[in-house]
Amino acid sequence: MGEPAVRIEGVSKRYQLGALAGGSLSQRLESAVRHPLRRMRGTAESKPETSEFWALRDVDLGIEEGKITGLIGPNGAGKSTLLKLLCRITAPTEGRIELRGRVGSLLEVGTGFHPELTGRENIFLNGAILGMRREEIIRRFSEIVEFSGIGQFLDTPVKRYSSGMYVRLAFAIAAHLESEILLIDEVLAVGDQEFQRKCLGKMEEVSTSGGRTVIFVAHNMSSIRRLCDSAVLLDHGRVLAHGDTDRVVADYLERVEPVQHGGIANIAADAQRSGIGGARLLRVELSDSSGGASERVRYGEPLSLSLGFEIERRLPGAAVQVGVSTAEGINILTSHSSDRGSLELDLEEGMIELRCELRATLLPGEFAIDVDLLDARGFSVDRVERTLNFKVLNVAFDGSGDHYPWPHVRGSVRPESDWSVVQGAGSRVQAAERG
Amino acid sequence: MEARASDVPAAMRTKVIEPPRGWGFPDLAEIASHRDLIFYLARRDVVVRYKQAAVGGFWVVLQPLLLAGVFSLFLGTWAGFDANPDTGVPQPLFVLAGLVVWLFFSTALERVSKSTVASEGLISKIYFPRAVIPLAAAIAPLVDFAITFVVVVLVAIAYGYPPGPEILATPLVVALAETTAFGAGLWLSALNVRYRDVTLIVPFVLLVGMFVTPIFYTLNLVPESLQPLYALNPMVGVVEGFRWCLLGTDFPGGLLLIPVVVSVVLTVTGALYYQRAERGFADVI
Repeated sequence: MGEPAVRIEGVSKRYQLGALAGGSLSQRLESAVRHPLRRMRGTAESKPETSEFWALRDVDLGIEEGKITGLIGPNGAGKSTLLKLLCRITAPTEGRIELRGRVGSLLEVGTGFHPELTGRENIFLNGAILGMRREEIIRRFSEIVEFSGIGQFLDTPVKRYSSGMYVRLAFAIAAHLESEILLIDEVLAVGDQEFQRKCLGKMEEVSTSGGRTVIFVAHNMSSIRRLCDSAVLLDHGRVLAHGDTDRVVADYLERVEPVQHGGIANIAADAQRSGIGGARLLRVELSDSSGGASERVRYGEPLSLSLGFEIERRLPGAAVQVGVSTAEGINILTSHSSDRGSLELDLEEGMIELRCELRATLLPGEFAIDVDLLDARGFSVDRVERTLNFKVLNVAFDGSGDHYPWPHVRGSVRPESDWSVVQGAGSRVQAAERG
Repeated sequence: MEARASDVPAAMRTKVIEPPRGWGFPDLAEIASHRDLIFYLARRDVVVRYKQAAVGGFWVVLQPLLLAGVFSLFLGTWAGFDANPDTGVPQPLFVLAGLVVWLFFSTALERVSKSTVASEGLISKIYFPRAVIPLAAAIAPLVDFAITFVVVVLVAIAYGYPPGPEILATPLVVALAETTAFGAGLWLSALNVRYRDVTLIVPFVLLVGMFVTPIFYTLNLVPESLQPLYALNPMVGVVEGFRWCLLGTDFPGGLLLIPVVVSVVLTVTGALYYQRAERGFADVI
């Protein structure tokens, strides 16, 4: 292993909470008048009414050059703070960070976009904000336009863009920044599926062919697994694990299991959520065929789900996506509320409950339900992964009480299938054998 | 960062981040390397302003003309202020010349002092030397000024006062106004992040400033005993100097030294303060 691209030594970050941190002049004056002595003694820093919060505490990390490293951890673990320190948005309170190379960030794409300016103007403005020189932008201009796919809208003000186009353009600019170290956060929660794939592809390309170092924060465990060479687990500002992605992800999943009683999961407000906000998933309930909540179903048994949401802002044309993931965090199937035009959802503010029955023959094993509420444009409003864990038992649902017939369970889903023997196929098989 | 990122071996450009300590001057080389960003930010301010307003650039010209008209009518014709006996310049032209340079100063000061807070979104998401923001904000008003300057020259010619050779000194006087606005703006911009009261105070102070600067009246109107105090206002020298450039009124002489000293002191101390405050911006803003 060569020199790390990023070396973090004993880094801590403290935030001041409380009134004085960002108070107005009058509050500052009031405090000076009330506590004149404290001011004079120069101990104003240790105000008792101000509480401190350590977002990061004694973090030591070496990030290998040319590799993709995933940062995972629950909300408030310090992931974003760490990225902010790395791209120098904020300074550490203690410690030292060494960066070997230029740092580019995708903490939130489209920062500095101005709605009145055209796509072309915003490419230059945003490129300069991200740290590109004018010549660099000119050199990569056509690549950026091509990658974003905005083509004919290049000279249209971006306020007329769809949100998808906006995000694509923003990502395209950031992705073409020539930096040795790329920091990415949450980008993948936006944009359509195809564009997400494109982004992931770009990230892999950047790291493998470009030899660049990527530090990646995402809540989607399957993309972390797929993309990252190693992972870092943070919690309460400390590094809990660093190393092999699968091991660290498994470690993390073990810690974040939601509060679950039987087949009912109540999703806490501070659960690991992603999406643009405006609604919250509160409750997921799984029932077996008898109608009672249960976290155990037989194989072949339909899954009856009830989803409780709190809608904070009207959502016309919404849709809900329910996914089933394996214990390893791999999504194996997804059902969409508008599949086959079955449900038009115009959600008004307030509490709503949705029911859905999934008929899939899941093989014995452990699974989890992922829920994603989407707005009319297909953006995630609220997405929670692994809301509820359940087990498919090794007992068939058809009443026979049979067990799963094979000694090893391969795969997760049994498809409906038709098998037959083809008559007189001898010559074709022989032809294939000869090659 | 002069060369392309890929041209230089990574080891050559190791960047060390450590907790900031004490006072320091902004890293001018780093700011200079961000000159493209300054240009695009300033360009954005200009483009957006002229794109959004229905009357666009018209407003920039209309504002001093209307103000000059109203003030010459009320304070001149009706209240009896007349600059002509002292300066030989008709009151409306006298007022317009003063207003044009004052409006430039006050727009620049106001823009610079609001700029940091207005760029909250950028500051909390992306790193670049923060001083780029007030610098860019100070540039856009120059464009407005260039337009109004042309108009005021035309008005002067129409009044039969074509500018003399003194007009060549205009950039120096404008630079004084700009540096004074920028220096004061740096202080206010950094203070504004912590105390939003600044946004409320600045327009008020500027309104008072407009009356304690010889825009609608001549210097002689100020009682002799108060003159030294009055002259401490750096804009007194700037406004008088600008009239000298444009209309050939008396050269303000020593009065010009005050804005020179004030602007340098404000800019240097402002830069120091901004640099110290900058590290907390992302946490406080």
